Amino acid sequence: MTGGVLGAMRAVFLRELLVFWRRSTEVMAALVFFVIVTTLFPLAIGPERRELMVVAPGVLWVAALLATTLSLNHLFASDYQDGSLEQMLMSPYPLSAMVLAKIAAHWVLTGLPLALLSPLLAVQMALPTKAIGTLVGSLLLGTPTLTLIGAIPAALTLGVRGGGVLVSLLVLPLYTPILIFGAEAVAASAGQGFASVAHLSLLGAFLALALSFAPWASSAALRVSLD
Amino acid sequence: MKLIHKYSAPKRFYELAGMLAPWFATLTALLFISGLYLGLYWAPPDYQQGNAYRIMFVHVPNAWMSMMAYVAMALFAAAGYIWNIRLADILAKVTAPLGASFTLTALVTGSLWGKPMWGTYWVWDARLTSELVLLFLYVGYMALQASIDDARRAAHASAIIAIVGLVNIPIIHYSVYWWHTLHQPASLTLTSQPKIYITMLIPLIIMSIGFMFFYLTMLCVRSRSEILWRERRADWVRKLVESRS
Repeated sequence: MTGGVLGAMRAVFLRELLVFWRRSTEVMAALVFFVIVTTLFPLAIGPERRELMVVAPGVLWVAALLATTLSLNHLFASDYQDGSLEQMLMSPYPLSAMVLAKIAAHWVLTGLPLALLSPLLAVQMALPTKAIGTLVGSLLLGTPTLTLIGAIPAALTLGVRGGGVLVSLLVLPLYTPILIFGAEAVAASAGQGFASVAHLSLLGAFLALALSFAPWASSAALRVSLD
Repeated sequence: MKLIHKYSAPKRFYELAGMLAPWFATLTALLFISGLYLGLYWAPPDYQQGNAYRIMFVHVPNAWMSMMAYVAMALFAAAGYIWNIRLADILAKVTAPLGASFTLTALVTGSLWGKPMWGTYWVWDARLTSELVLLFLYVGYMALQASIDDARRAAHASAIIAIVGLVNIPIIHYSVYWWHTLHQPASLTLTSQPKIYITMLIPLIIMSIGFMFFYLTMLCVRSRSEILWRERRADWVRKLVESRS
């Protein structure tokens, strides 16, 4: 293979896209989950637009967060079962770089569609039109962080009984800051608070922080799990 | 470093902890008795909160200990992960339930204190909320420990999650704090303790040191039983059991 680390990362990225694409039901499951959860809220709260408008940023963000959490189980599980992860571990390139490529591919197939689909659900939840741009922006900035952080527990719970529930248990407390600022950004641009730029900048800062330490931590976690 | 190596062998630590535990327990009892006496009788009632503030002498030390125990747990876990010290793994593992109970006690006493002061058991106060998230972090750590059978893998896996949690705690704390100030009316700052008087500070400090020694006592007792369990097939444990029976 040519191109060193970047070449290896590109190869992993393309392979992941292909594998995920061929198992598209798993990709779709997270999206459908996002849609259904969001649809359940008006049924529980009531159809009044004014009430929906108040809870919309929170509901959309919680639904996106849960959908991402749900999809985390697919991040490493099949590669763990068929032994591809061990091959990656033995390759001469740093594991963290390849984990980053895997996470990126995973996000392209879960976080990105989720963000692109969100305007539709925003209309359903009676979110003001001026806030829809912020919603998409905050999800574009926030969901990669969710996937990056979530990769750590996903790697730790490989082959552990009750792994799925355990991942959510481990990851949801770590998600609180992102949820706070993501939902707050949308609420702010819907006219319920301060300007949303500050919140979006913080989401960007979280993304930068997660990009620097999460691949490294999850490759350490993979080494523990494959030991 | 030599001393660490000498006492980090589980057998040696078992003996050391057995020697220290009664002393720590005695100190804890003395500090608790004097702290509670001073706190409940000697300290004057608060001009605003009356006698209700006295729950502070249990609440505040527990809140402090809940955070200190998490830091201790993460540091023990990191030491175990980096240098492969088995004793550090054990100390981290037995610290988790202790820290979780400190957190739970802080939450319960906090809400009991909140009822007469704020008129409600639960407010989404910044400190209460981050304490609740801390409890979730402890629960996650313990759940991960419990679900992996191999002791070494369990220790290393939970060490990673403990360190990630440690990095996240300040971020979570300040996020919740900012979130709180965005949402809550400023009048709730009334809930922060008024300037503390020396007569209230002395029992508070005594109780805090008491809880610290309580933690050390429990750390000794619990790590002893954990060591016995892990070394249950070792020769020295068998001899110990035979000499007792």
